[in-house]
Parts: sequence; C-alpha cells; structure tokens
Amino acid sequence: MASFWERMMGRGNRRSGSTAKDRLRFVLIHDRINLTPERMEAMKEEILQVISKYVHIERDQVDIALTQSDRNDSRIIADIPFNPERSDAAAPEMDENSDRENPQPAEGDTTRFIDEPEDTPDDNPKPS
Amino acid sequence: MGAKVVTITSGKGGVGKTTTTANLGVALARLNQRVIMIDADIGLRNLDVVMGLENRIVYDLVDVVEGRCKLRQAMIKHKQFAELYLIPAAQTRDKTAISPADMVQITNKLREDFDFILIDSPAGIERGFRNAVAPADEVLIVTNPEVSAVRDADRIIGLLEAENKGPGKLILNRLKADMVKKGEMLSADDVTDILNIQIIGIVPEDEQVIPASNSGIPVTLNEQSRAGAAFLVIARRLMGENIPLNPTENNSGGFFQRLARLFGGQS
Repeated sequence: MASFWERMMGRGNRRSGSTAKDRLRFVLIHDRINLTPERMEAMKEEILQVISKYVHIERDQVDIALTQSDRNDSRIIADIPFNPERSDAAAPEMDENSDRENPQPAEGDTTRFIDEPEDTPDDNPKPS
Repeated sequence: MGAKVVTITSGKGGVGKTTTTANLGVALARLNQRVIMIDADIGLRNLDVVMGLENRIVYDLVDVVEGRCKLRQAMIKHKQFAELYLIPAAQTRDKTAISPADMVQITNKLREDFDFILIDSPAGIERGFRNAVAPADEVLIVTNPEVSAVRDADRIIGLLEAENKGPGKLILNRLKADMVKKGEMLSADDVTDILNIQIIGIVPEDEQVIPASNSGIPVTLNEQSRAGAAFLVIARRLMGENIPLNPTENNSGGFFQRLARLFGGQS
C-alpha cells in the first residue's frame, strides 16, 4: 500500500483518476462489510495474539487483508509466516507438516495480497 | 400490467436526479410513451421548476394521500406533450407525510393509464428514499464520476439488494471525456468496475443543462444538446431497445471491450 504522501502526490506519472479508483475500492470494502479499518486492526491483533501462543510469528511479514471479488463475496486472506525454530518453546504441540514449506497461492481476485518471495535472505539482519 | 414504475435515486444529493427524471420524462414522451412523473422529494420539491410547471400547481402528492383531492386533480399536464404529466411534491410538509404503502397504492392506480411512471427520489437513505423505491419495478441510480458520489451509489445498491429491488442500473452523469482522457477523472469503466452493476446511460457534461433548467425547458428538447441525446438513448434502452450506450463519449477501454460488454451485458 502506498504511503499517504505517495497517494497524495501520485506516484510518478500516476493520475488522480486511478488514485480515486484505489481509494474507492479500499473504502467500499470496509463500507460493505461494516467493519472500519480500526476494528479490522483490532481483529488482526487478536488473531495474531492467538497464533503467537503456539508459534513464533514473523511479525514484519504478516499480511492480513480483506478482499472482495464482488459485493457478496468478501473474504479475509491471511498470510502469517512463522519460524519453526524459534517456535519450539512457545509451541510444544506444533504440527510438523506445516504449510510453510508449500505456501498456497493467493486466489486471483485479491488486490492487496503481497507476493513474498520465498527463502529470501533476511533483509534486516539483526546484530546478535 | 400496464406501466413500468422507474425510480430515479442516488444517495448523494446534487448529482442530477431531478434533471435526469425531467429529461427521461421528456425523452420518453418524445418517443410517444405515456408518462407520469412523481416528485417524491416532499419538502424540497424541484421537479416542477425544472419542468417549467411551477405555476400550474394546485394540488400535490400529499393532498392526494390525505384525500383532499382526486388523483386526477393533482396531475399537471405538460405544455408540449399531451401524454406527459407531473404530480408535484408538497413543499410545506416532510417525508413522513406519506408512506411506502401510499406510494404503492398511488402508482397502482396509475399503471393502467401510462407506459412509464417515473419517481424522482429525494437524496438520502431514509424514509423519503424508501417511499420512492417501494413501488419500483426498476431503479436507476444516478452518480457522477467522483469518489463521494460513487461511494453513496454503492450504499444505495446495497440497500436495494436488501429490499429485493435488485441491483438497479447505473446512469453516469456529468462525465467529462477530456478529463477521462487525461486520467484526471474516473472513467465509465472504472465506475462500473467498482460498483459491479449494469450501466444504462452515460450523460456527458453539457453547458446547456443549466440554461435549460433556468428556463424550465428540459435539455432533451434542445436538438443540439449532447446531454439531451444521451437521455434519448437512455429512454430507448428503458423501452427495451438494444442500442449502444454512447460510444463517442465513452473513451475508456477498447472498442472491442465496449462491444463485448454491449452484447454480453444486455438483459
């Protein structure tokens, strides 16, 4: 998602017509399901808290988005990567056949889904 | 079953509901249809002035509902068309003066004598909107290529579905083709893409619309007007003719895309 400033100024050659379309799509998804962005954030946080009880989530890679192919087909699509190595302590009952190795492709109708490249080296190595 | 009841609504105010109602009335009358227009915007009536009939009002819709006059007495005949009538709204009352059931009853009495009953809905989503939509066989949603108007149109579409009045059909009013070309305005394709409903008409921005309402002569009577031509197209499509939207005004999307939509999207 573009930053506020990027959206204000338009990205490069981006015209206000396509900005209008993007903003409308975003606002209508929330209007139609009667869930404000704020409530959505609260829901995300709660989901992540529950999952965190069992596995170690890679917080910075989480993507939970609302998508809509039409008015009557709304879904929440969540991509929540976690680190099995760091999960041991938190998640004694973790399933060994985790989907992490074979992530399901997102359905074609999603507009906000972030395509994470698999097995990329850590972009932000932390000093140990 | 006689007349088709068509309600013109929008959610947002100021997008051109009353102008659209007046012009569709005139366009249908020009196509030899028997038409009656009902102004359901009680307290803020305007269809009478846009039609140039404000000096002929004796009785109004609320007088009919409350039994002060016969239905026939509230019908004002247009100066030019023998088969074009208006029932004006009351100006000094509010939306609660009539009910959805009243509207159904009144339109049922009119159905036999007309081909089209056009209802000009007030802005908003409250009682006035529900009154206007209750008797509708078909709902036309007027919007402008602007974020706020499209958002409100989407809300209306949702409410129509909840009331089993179908998704309705879209009229995109005040489109500026040159701005669309520059990418500074939502195109017709953008709007139908977002709202995901069928579009029945695209009305271009036209400087002749305001002089027309200044003088109380709907722009459809002006042969030079591009907006007038667009309203005639919508009228013919309302009558079930399978004619193009307005290919010269719709600059977005490819020609074949438009062609495909035209043949694929017609019910």
